[in-house]
Amino acid sequence: MENIISIEHIARIYQVGLEEVHALADVSLKINRNDYVAIMGPSGSGKSTLMNIIGCLDTPSRGIYMFENENVSQMNDNQLAEIRNRKIGFVFQTFNLLPRSTALHNVELPLIYAGLPKSVRLERAYEALEKVGLADRVDHKPNELSGGQRQRVAIARALVTQPSIILADEPTGNLDSKTGNDIMALFEELHETGNTIILVTHEEEIAQHAQRIIRLRDGLIESNEIVKERTLVGNNE
Amino acid sequence: MNKKVSSLLFEIKEGLIISLRAIAANKGRSALTTLGIVIGIWAVVTMSTALKGIDIAFQNGVSSLGSDNLYIDKWAWFNPDTPWWELRNRRNISMDDYYRYKELAKLPIATAPSTFTRKTVKFRDNIVESMFITATTSDYIKTTNLDFSDGRFFTDMESKGGRNVIVLGSAIAEQLFPFGGAVGNYVDVGGRKMKVVGVLQKQGSWVMGDFNPDNQGYIPIEFLFKNFASRRKSITINVRAPNSQMVEAVKEEAIGVMRRVRGLTYNEKNDFSINQQEGILSQINKTVSVIQIGGFFITGLSLFVGAIGIMNIMFVSVKERTREIGIRKAIGAKKRTILGQFISEASIICLFGGLIGLVFAVITGMIINQWLPTSIQFDAVVLAILISLATGIISGFAPAYQASKLDPVDALRYE
Repeated sequence: MENIISIEHIARIYQVGLEEVHALADVSLKINRNDYVAIMGPSGSGKSTLMNIIGCLDTPSRGIYMFENENVSQMNDNQLAEIRNRKIGFVFQTFNLLPRSTALHNVELPLIYAGLPKSVRLERAYEALEKVGLADRVDHKPNELSGGQRQRVAIARALVTQPSIILADEPTGNLDSKTGNDIMALFEELHETGNTIILVTHEEEIAQHAQRIIRLRDGLIESNEIVKERTLVGNNE
Repeated sequence: MNKKVSSLLFEIKEGLIISLRAIAANKGRSALTTLGIVIGIWAVVTMSTALKGIDIAFQNGVSSLGSDNLYIDKWAWFNPDTPWWELRNRRNISMDDYYRYKELAKLPIATAPSTFTRKTVKFRDNIVESMFITATTSDYIKTTNLDFSDGRFFTDMESKGGRNVIVLGSAIAEQLFPFGGAVGNYVDVGGRKMKVVGVLQKQGSWVMGDFNPDNQGYIPIEFLFKNFASRRKSITINVRAPNSQMVEAVKEEAIGVMRRVRGLTYNEKNDFSINQQEGILSQINKTVSVIQIGGFFITGLSLFVGAIGIMNIMFVSVKERTREIGIRKAIGAKKRTILGQFISEASIICLFGGLIGLVFAVITGMIINQWLPTSIQFDAVVLAILISLATGIISGFAPAYQASKLDPVDALRYE
């Protein structure tokens, strides 16, 4: 299987006053195309730090991070911005949509930064919104949408650039369980259509949707195991 | 290369669209921010228009005296090289001096003696207190550019005979004869009845004050000597050169002739001064430039305050939109994209404000035009637009730079 992410012995050290804080001590992992991986851990385990590094929002203090055979750990801010734009689709717990823009514009935004002409942008943004079932809500602003719908807009925005990975940080954290379930079903569908998904969560139930769970504790990988009995929303229905 | 240019253009275009969206999304705040620039540009353009008007008014005022004129006088009007007591001790310039100068000088096209007095003038219930009166001869009119709205100047006969005739400036005529019909009526000038023979056309230059022909009366100098003043009073000799190139020659000749007239030996200094409008003009230019510097400083300050307002609000805006910046960065906005977005936001706001300010300034200019001969200059318009753009870029830069430097991880976490 084609390898997308290869992380070798990375560490992330923060300087807090005179003290060095090892948010990540020594982490190595690999993620292949069409994987569905959950990253779990209690708060303070380094889960968020790892997610930021995987998402190219931050770079490791030590070690090597290869993303599709490119060494991300050596990149400058602009190159990282480009990787984030083209290869990573973010889904956040708090949705992080531009509050005063319509759903369509929110979804279109990454394509603007990618430098695509307007006609292509609009076509792809519509397509992405259609895929998440919001074709009839394109002109609504986030405050006119329910939590589940907002998260769908965010997912459409993540999908629209056809990224190599979708990085979801507690995507159901702000949703009720029914809506959360719908979102997990959407992720499942995306996974089945070939997308690579990395799910960061502290909820065991949510993590069970993934194929594999990586557990972190104190900046180290505690375990990295295949899920034997995956929860499949699609099968439950 | 071509691709680079087109992608840069794309980025600028999309950046502007994003900025416009952001401005539209924060209408209230954008409008308030604009206000500072509106007032700033309004003040600057109005001030420059008014200053231009003052300048033109001064120039007009001076040239209404005639730009090719010399004034031979006991006194030096401006920047005297000689101390005042020496000037005071000079012999008065008499009418005889004038007649002899007139006889000997070949270059001037016109010469006239003049002196001044102040008298209260009445017509029925209308009174002008201590009106400025120029006493002169009939030749005086040839040394000026004055025109008549009614009547004429006094004639040679009236002049020599010292007849009781008077010519009124337009403002004086309006005060004494609000309903017109001045010519032919008798007015009371310091207790003497004088017949109005002419009314001057309005000059409209308020700058010259008493010297403004609008506010004067003109009487024969012989009448003055008979009724109001001693014949020994020193007079000014008004001399008009044929054209401006000849002014210097006329001046040289005047010095020579006057030395002869006054009987000065080669080692005696001139006991008269040749005054020129250039003296007035340079004095006026000094005054105008002081007003200009002061005016631009004060209005510049208001623009500066506006710019600080923009910077301040942009800083607040960056702070308030930290999360938005985080989102934009997370989905691929580069540093320069964010930088450009905030700078163009500030610039658009400033440009918009500048245009509104300009509209106000045009309206104000039209109002000012009632008192000052002025209109908004095209270069002032271009300058105002450039200044407002520059203000936007300068005041937007620091906040935009701050925004572009934000760490996306921190920015996304910002509540």
